[in-house]
Amino acid sequence: MLTPKSEVELADILRAAETPVRVQGGGTRGVGVARGEVLSTASLTGITLYEPGALTLVAKAGTPLSEITETLAAENQRLPFEPIDHRRLLGTKGEPTIGGAVATNASGPRRIAAGACRDSLIGVRFVDGAGTIVKNGGRVMKNVTGYDLVKLMAGSWGTLGVLTEVSFKVLPGVASEATLLLDWQTPDAAIKTLARALRSPFEVTGAAYVPEGPDGVPMTAIRLEGFEASVAYRADKLRTELGEVRIEDDSEKSARLWRDIRDASILAGAPADVWRISVRPSHGPRVAKALGEARLVMDWGGGLVWAQVAQGTDLRARLKGIPGHATLVRAAPETHARLGTFPPEPEPVARLTAGLRAKFDPRNILNTGLMAAPEHA
Amino acid sequence: MQMPDPSAAILSRKSSVVRRLQGVLDDDSVIHEENELRAYECDALTAYKCPPLAAVLPRTTEEVAAVLAICHEEGVPVVPRGAGTSLAGGSLPSADSVILGVARMNEVIETSYDDRFIRVQTGRTNLSVTGAVEEDGFFYAPDPSSQLACAIAGNIAMNSGGAHCLKYGVTTNNLLGVTLVQMDGTVVEIGGAHMDAGGLDLLGLVCGSEGQLGVVTEATLRILPKPEGARPVLIGFSSNEVAGQCVSDIIKAGVLPVAIEFMDRPCIRATEAFAGAGYPDCEALLIVEVEGSDAEIDEQLGVIGQIARGHDPVEIRESQSAEESARIWLGRKSAFGAMGQINDYMCLDGTIPVTELPKVLGRIRELSDQYGLDVANVFHAGDGNMHPLILFNANEEGQLEKCEAMGADILRLCVEVGGCLTGEHGVGIEKRDLMETQFAPDDLEAQMRVKDVFDPKWLLNPAKVFPLSVTEPRRAIAAE
Ligand SMILES: Cc1cc2nc3c(=O)[nH]c(=O)nc-3n(C[C@H](O)[C@H](O)[C@H](O)COP(=O)(O)OP(=O)(O)OC[C@H]3O[C@@H](n4cnc5c(N)ncnc54)[C@H](O)[C@@H]3O)c2cc1C
Repeated sequence: MLTPKSEVELADILRAAETPVRVQGGGTRGVGVARGEVLSTASLTGITLYEPGALTLVAKAGTPLSEITETLAAENQRLPFEPIDHRRLLGTKGEPTIGGAVATNASGPRRIAAGACRDSLIGVRFVDGAGTIVKNGGRVMKNVTGYDLVKLMAGSWGTLGVLTEVSFKVLPGVASEATLLLDWQTPDAAIKTLARALRSPFEVTGAAYVPEGPDGVPMTAIRLEGFEASVAYRADKLRTELGEVRIEDDSEKSARLWRDIRDASILAGAPADVWRISVRPSHGPRVAKALGEARLVMDWGGGLVWAQVAQGTDLRARLKGIPGHATLVRAAPETHARLGTFPPEPEPVARLTAGLRAKFDPRNILNTGLMAAPEHA
Repeated sequence: MQMPDPSAAILSRKSSVVRRLQGVLDDDSVIHEENELRAYECDALTAYKCPPLAAVLPRTTEEVAAVLAICHEEGVPVVPRGAGTSLAGGSLPSADSVILGVARMNEVIETSYDDRFIRVQTGRTNLSVTGAVEEDGFFYAPDPSSQLACAIAGNIAMNSGGAHCLKYGVTTNNLLGVTLVQMDGTVVEIGGAHMDAGGLDLLGLVCGSEGQLGVVTEATLRILPKPEGARPVLIGFSSNEVAGQCVSDIIKAGVLPVAIEFMDRPCIRATEAFAGAGYPDCEALLIVEVEGSDAEIDEQLGVIGQIARGHDPVEIRESQSAEESARIWLGRKSAFGAMGQINDYMCLDGTIPVTELPKVLGRIRELSDQYGLDVANVFHAGDGNMHPLILFNANEEGQLEKCEAMGADILRLCVEVGGCLTGEHGVGIEKRDLMETQFAPDDLEAQMRVKDVFDPKWLLNPAKVFPLSVTEPRRAIAAE
């Protein structure tokens, strides 16, 4: 395992590398199969700048996510994008890092209101596959100076460069939260309910459907966050609009519900494959119908579907005709190899992807085998 | 501002290029007469003008692809154009380039309230996107002050922002998908109505690429339900420093206003004279707007008022009605017009960390004394995006150059304190030659490699964004 202690040392390693490396933060998001020696960011840690009054935080890529969450919480602030913790679903151990969250663009239920990880990310430093140190963006939230490589790096799964430092726009924490709950809805009815809530002016920050809530029955959940009086007011308004709802206004219990939704916890453990599907929200029920018996967690008002299906199922074939894409999140290595972890891309997009990878990683040594392009090229 | 010499070879082939373009477009969509080309000789950075070789106004993605394929074969540079309101010279042509305007492409293609998006052709103006959905209670959030005129095409290319982006983000945060035509005519679909595009984030890369990676012909935009209500409070202060501190404290307190706008005395005086909004005559003022139901607004304004009172304000004026709100915004919205009445001005656009506000305002005042040019400040304080307006007289010999030199000093200052050269207007030609103050050669190289992938011949808007000396080898290959 290679564990550089500085950005410069990392650059030296990559410049000298003759064989592929597998980039690793906390090693908790092990989706897919990359080859080569592990290159760890574990020694690139620390929050380098935190200005609560400017809503900005900068940290080295290997900094544990928990350290960042705690530092922010001490000032009643938080990361807006609610990154998923993959450990339960994937059965991985270790500490998630901020760099890993960025590399996978890990975004949770609040994505519908506050955007994905890439939307909060305002600056990066990274070392590309040739060993060159590059910076882009910075520490201010409005910045259109030059091309936006910040977005490009988010969700690039370490295939274009190894992140060394990341900057964020953070948000004030909330005083309270509550969740509106409806039981026993079909996926069809649930998505319609969520769409009505999301069409309202009441600033819904979570809109999900799970086949089994804490009470063991199908549960539709709508989250509201903010000052206490405001949450109560909006909950009341939505109740009038949606009819038969229960309100969980114990902030802690509500938070627990959303942690489970975020992490697709109910799909953990079982000996089955798990896929992550992105579609337009109103197509959520179409996905449910096409997958029949599968266990599904629907988030983002139906736009994000976690599906648990029998091992080896070619889920993309089953979803043919529904626009969007599906990523294989948990499966045996042979299934990953046979079906491909990441969604295949149409020709012109694949060409651009391959072109970018060739420019940023000319020797194809970074997470070789991850994401679609090189395997299909 | 230097521009590369036009290619004599291309200039001499004008008539054959025009004939080929006429072969794929209606005659009235190909503009080539000199007097008509005047309309395309500049954008809102009017200090620089140059009529293009020709201008085309296609109506469909297919026509755009056909035009680009021809220009690609002919080796003719193409400058995409939306509404031509760029303040950075982004759509300034060169004499050997074809302007590709999308102004005739302004249809709404699809609207879905269940999925909360609208798909439009990109020539549609920003305001008319909201116009298409507002009767049903929705709006498109990014709201540049030029929204009546500017097109979604330019918004995407510049990643434009607006007064309300503190809460709702800028264009890139509200864009779900695009149809992009590459320089060789290849049509690429990126993203769509689903919330995150798979694969590498090409969408994020295209947004803000200033028309250098491809021509965007259609876009899927996120639309949001309108809040129940919104109301501003106006707070006057006796010093810029205190106003700056107040901004920081409001943000720290946990309220997230939709907008925090800042004006300094020169700007307040000019707008008062112009619009008569009844602003207090003070050193600095903030307009802070919050959203929600009446009760929610009251609660938030209460918190803000309490913080402000801790900073010894000269005046606090909380709006109680729609008319009062309109009056509070009136001055801010007419600020640019007001400055234009009394003077020529140059509008800068650097961003700084909010915490550096007092220091930077102080330094700007020193620079103003040093250069002998007045500066008025009006800007989005919540996110540190400054718009110092340098006042000068364009008819007086040497004043434009002096003003540009001072502008460059201010932008260098923004970078020095941890900020950047441009927060929302883009680099264009205006800030092109300052890029090396913010980026190391390797940083610029990484960006240019992206253009190499999308536009290997460097024919799309080639003389923008990067310093000419840096792009010279790449442009030289294109010219061969
Ligand atoms: C009075 C005034 C106020 C303004 N206020 C704001 C503000 O508050 N916030 C803000 O962000 N900006 C503001 N601007 C700047 C300007 O309005 C924005 O940059 C706007 O997005 C430009 O849009 P446009 O359609 O006019 O683009 P143009 O000026 O036509 O072009 C801008 C850039 O986009 C490229 N481009 C155009 N069409 C395409 C296409 N189809 N595909 C690819 N590239 C394309 C061009 O090549 C050029 O580089 C203001 C300008 C004025 C004059």
